[in-house]
Amino acid sequence: MSTRASTLTGRIMSAPSIIVLFLWMAVPLGMTIYFSFLRYNLLSPGTEEWIGTLNYEFFLTDPAFFASLTNTLLLVGSVLVITVVGGILLGLMLDQPIFGRGVLRLLVIAPFFIMPTVNALVWKNLLMDPVSGMFAWIASLFGLPAIDWFTNAPLTSIIIMVSWQWLPFAVLILLTALQSLDRDQKEAAQMDGAGPVAIFFYITLPHLSRAITVVVLIETIFLLTVFAEIFVTTGGGPGLATTNIAFLVYTQALLQFDVGGASAGGIVAVILANIVAIFLIRLIGKNLDK
Amino acid sequence: MGAIRLEKVKKTFGTLDVIPGVDLDINDGEFVVFVGPSGCGKSTLLRLIAGLEDVTDGKILINGTDVANEAPAKRGLSMVFQSYALYPHMTVYNNIAFGLKMAGESKEVIEEKVQSAAKILNLTDYLERRPGALSGGQRQRVAIGRAIVRNPAAFLFDEPLSNLDAALRVNMRLEITGLHQELKTTMIYVTHDQVEAMTMADKIVVLQAGRVEQVGKPMELYNNPTNKFVAGFIGSPKMNFLGGELAKKYDCHEIGIRPEHFAVSTEKGEIPATVKIAEHLGAETYLHVEADGLGPMTVRATGEIPLGEHDKIFLTPEQDRIHRFDAQGLALAKS
Repeated sequence: MSTRASTLTGRIMSAPSIIVLFLWMAVPLGMTIYFSFLRYNLLSPGTEEWIGTLNYEFFLTDPAFFASLTNTLLLVGSVLVITVVGGILLGLMLDQPIFGRGVLRLLVIAPFFIMPTVNALVWKNLLMDPVSGMFAWIASLFGLPAIDWFTNAPLTSIIIMVSWQWLPFAVLILLTALQSLDRDQKEAAQMDGAGPVAIFFYITLPHLSRAITVVVLIETIFLLTVFAEIFVTTGGGPGLATTNIAFLVYTQALLQFDVGGASAGGIVAVILANIVAIFLIRLIGKNLDK
Repeated sequence: MGAIRLEKVKKTFGTLDVIPGVDLDINDGEFVVFVGPSGCGKSTLLRLIAGLEDVTDGKILINGTDVANEAPAKRGLSMVFQSYALYPHMTVYNNIAFGLKMAGESKEVIEEKVQSAAKILNLTDYLERRPGALSGGQRQRVAIGRAIVRNPAAFLFDEPLSNLDAALRVNMRLEITGLHQELKTTMIYVTHDQVEAMTMADKIVVLQAGRVEQVGKPMELYNNPTNKFVAGFIGSPKMNFLGGELAKKYDCHEIGIRPEHFAVSTEKGEIPATVKIAEHLGAETYLHVEADGLGPMTVRATGEIPLGEHDKIFLTPEQDRIHRFDAQGLALAKS
């Protein structure tokens, strides 16, 4: 693919899909931007009019916005920490020649194949339910009172559920990275007098840095838009305790029928996601160049 | 100081006897080469000495102390791996310094030792680079540097040159030999290349299927191999083994004659033969011939010889260079 003719052919051949993809992204984005400057409520159709940045002013000064921004960051941050640390530990364990490793690996990967709504329902009804849930039963064995998870620790509950969902992904990526670690390197470190802890921090962890970068980047993209788990379990509450940006936009659009306000919220979310992305790529993306 | 003694060292993987029991003495300051075909257990034996594998049975004595159950770092040995096994995310400096750092040496001591090792190995200009930015030979030197700074009782080399190209290999061979003369530390070197073994070793240990076939100085092995395996393995091109009537004449099962121990003539001689392929190297000529009634043989003649395909020649072995073997492949005394 180096001659001028082949480069041109390549461009022509890939143009249709690039154009379609571009339109697919640009048209909705353009319409959202347009709607965000309109007063546009589905309850009073036909009254759309240009109101400038008023939607943005309302959205950004809404106390719910700051609450949901904080919730979003807390959710993303906590799940990232839990899945990366947990993923490394589980990866290290599954990398050892232990009995039943194949079955164990399958079990660890399994949660990733469960759709988020089902995941949330299982946690809500079978595990965390204060009356019939398994956690309540375990607590009763020790004579402890049952915890009403979604009332007393709503965000923590969401974090636990989402972490459970994303841990397999982290394990999968980190385990493959661990398996690609040259055995000679560990042995050389052993000859150099490094114990297991030193080998982990000086050899294994640096080796994993790229894989960790990949996990953090990909998970962040998906975690910024967590919705199903919140919708199924807490519905954003109690109060605003579990409302993240994605859920806030949803309440604006489909509970208050305020398309204009929701569009403004959507644009704000896009900008926030981009800010996070720029920071992440600046911060750790250079790991990928090596 | 590094005298190593193996007593009935045994290693089994499951039901497989990789090393059925090896006894070996390595003197202080000696350059010992383990040589043998791939899968003969030479690397396993080295890893047993290093402590990277557990011995199934037997003793490994370093300076008189049994270390068979000690951790690798406690044995005071350094190892250079075939893949170099450098730490890719560390600079050359940190790679060399790692062992010292783990031993808890002070910054000044580390600095001094790393600098002096770098000087010996011509790495001073590369200390801030990462292994990825170095050539094969430089990486090899870093791996050696990492071994030197710990001031070990012995160096262990596991086929260190097999990833280098031919020209560099010859260079590094000389460098390692030079290093040994300078440091005078015991070195154990594993290779499948008999040329490396012959050129570098004070003492060669020939291994086959985990068994020590023969131990001796390079020339001892060349001149007096104890069996057919050693005779065939040491020396290049391979020794010719001839049986049948010719062997009967020498009162044995088979005779072995090295390719370089023939007189070649176009007029008369003991063994008539036809040239199949002639390889002209300038300094010497390899003749691959078909000897009448004896089968294919290789002959090495010095200088340029104007012979080619289908030429008839006569070969005469040097009588005192003929090796005799019995039916079990053991060498008999020279006739």
